[in-house]
Amino acid sequence: MRDFYGTTLKNGLMLGTAQYPSPAIMVEAFKRSAACVATVSLRRESGNDRAGQDFWAIIRDLGVHVLPNTAGCHSVKEAVTTAHMAREVFGTKWIKLEVIGEEDTLQPDVFGLVEAARILTDDGFQVFPYTTEDLVVAGKLLDAGCEVLMPWGAPIGSGLGLNNPYGLKSMRAHFPDVPLVIDAGLGLPSQAAQAMEMGFDAVLLNTAVAKAGDPAAMAEAFAGAVHAGHLAAAADPMEPRDMAAPSTPVLGKAFLL
Amino acid sequence: MMQISIIGGGVAGLCVARVLRDRGADVLVVDRHDGIGPHACSWWAGGMLAPFCEGESAEEPVVRLGQEAADWWQVKTDAVNRCGTLVVSPARDKAELSRFGRRTSHFETVSGAEVEALEPDLAGRFNTGLFFKDEAHLSPRLALGRLRDGLVADGVTFKTEDADPKLYTREGLTVDCRGFAARDTINDLRGVKGEILILSCKDVVLNRPVRLLHPRIPLYVVPRGDGIFMLGATMIESSQKTHVTARSLLELLSAAYALNPAFGEAEVLEIGVDARPAFPDNLPRIRRDGNLICANGLFRHGFLLAPAMARMVAEMIFDNTKPEMMDETSA
Repeated sequence: MRDFYGTTLKNGLMLGTAQYPSPAIMVEAFKRSAACVATVSLRRESGNDRAGQDFWAIIRDLGVHVLPNTAGCHSVKEAVTTAHMAREVFGTKWIKLEVIGEEDTLQPDVFGLVEAARILTDDGFQVFPYTTEDLVVAGKLLDAGCEVLMPWGAPIGSGLGLNNPYGLKSMRAHFPDVPLVIDAGLGLPSQAAQAMEMGFDAVLLNTAVAKAGDPAAMAEAFAGAVHAGHLAAAADPMEPRDMAAPSTPVLGKAFLL
Repeated sequence: MMQISIIGGGVAGLCVARVLRDRGADVLVVDRHDGIGPHACSWWAGGMLAPFCEGESAEEPVVRLGQEAADWWQVKTDAVNRCGTLVVSPARDKAELSRFGRRTSHFETVSGAEVEALEPDLAGRFNTGLFFKDEAHLSPRLALGRLRDGLVADGVTFKTEDADPKLYTREGLTVDCRGFAARDTINDLRGVKGEILILSCKDVVLNRPVRLLHPRIPLYVVPRGDGIFMLGATMIESSQKTHVTARSLLELLSAAYALNPAFGEAEVLEIGVDARPAFPDNLPRIRRDGNLICANGLFRHGFLLAPAMARMVAEMIFDNTKPEMMDETSA
């Protein structure tokens, strides 16, 4: 697996920790999927006086890498404040940076994102920016010091899958050496497999698992899909073509006139 | 006569007291506050007795055990309204409604006209909904008040003291019903913050609790009668129970406005906040260590599950049965 700021992950599945019916079911989802990264969003209100610590303890006890998230932040200032709080609470330099620019689609504000990424990398954070498939923005995020990019598949929580496969493929081709994670919009394991087959290094999802009728079973299904897609990408898939090519030789075969 | 002390006078403590008294025990209820009031989580509850709706996210025992609640409360307090629950969603979030229907049972799908027949003030706003006709609701403050009055009338003693349940075990059997306040002795208990609003709005009449589904901000409105409504409730993984954020108020009020814009003119009467006591699976627990019994973790199901929990505590004490809510960490 690819290196994420010096950490090699044992698989390409990152899971969110919100919206599960209960923390116990969330723990089960992590166990059955062997997901190796847990994202956790901090509400400023619970960060301030450590009132969320009982829940955070459950996340720490998962024994996976914790990737705190600035979810729901609408400005650079808010995102930076939340990142600092997260570093203090979880003792990690990792931060998943979200700066939301559009309330309905929760689309990232890419201008604020680049600015916040620069501020945070200068401050020693290792930033995982939630961005679009825009190549120019991707380049600016790398200039700002990001060593990982997280393009969206589709709007957060929509379950629409990979909305723009062309754009995502071209992003993969433009940045062959940058770890790329499909973040947001996945609804089904097949979509996660598709992302991995396209050569992405990991997928990050939450709603598709947490809101499934059986979250732990769905987490396991995603883990299987991520594994399949990863193997397939490494196995150099065949090229599609228009004409039929029989897999058994026809030469010398008897045929009727 | 068996003497039993109950520490905590919220919905859990009062229900346990009622059932133990009914089974002939000599009961003492100790709470650090005098009487029921805003210091108890249950003061701010919705009071929905909606076991089938809760099945959307809760596990099977909540649905099953919650079905005891409406009859129990009716017998003990005569405060139950049996008008069902109506679940609706904005047109663009229809997927939420079909998801809710897949996860629950005991409802009928109703048309826009039927929504209007049930709730005239929602006319023209929703073209489909789910109606859970067997569900009920009550006014928590009225029900708790009547429960307490009934206990006093039956000779139960109430004492105001910030008690340590362990010390009381020297006197005899003690049931710790302190809710989140028992966090000091129960390590796997956590708080789940909830914020609620109480509004007065004479322009809206609702006959039953209405749940508005939304992928980000689900809301329920419970009519209390006389134009009073309870709006709830946020669910935040936090034990913080003193501050209500502007964001939460904004979300609750926006959702109420989406239900009926007339809520925009409502008068805000009360803003409430507390931490629901919950175990990791959000199911209640009964634990026993010698003379000390802990009954806790009612989460968002205080009024729904306290009667069943109280029954199990009593069965454990009087019939020597092992309650299904007892887990392996019990001594």
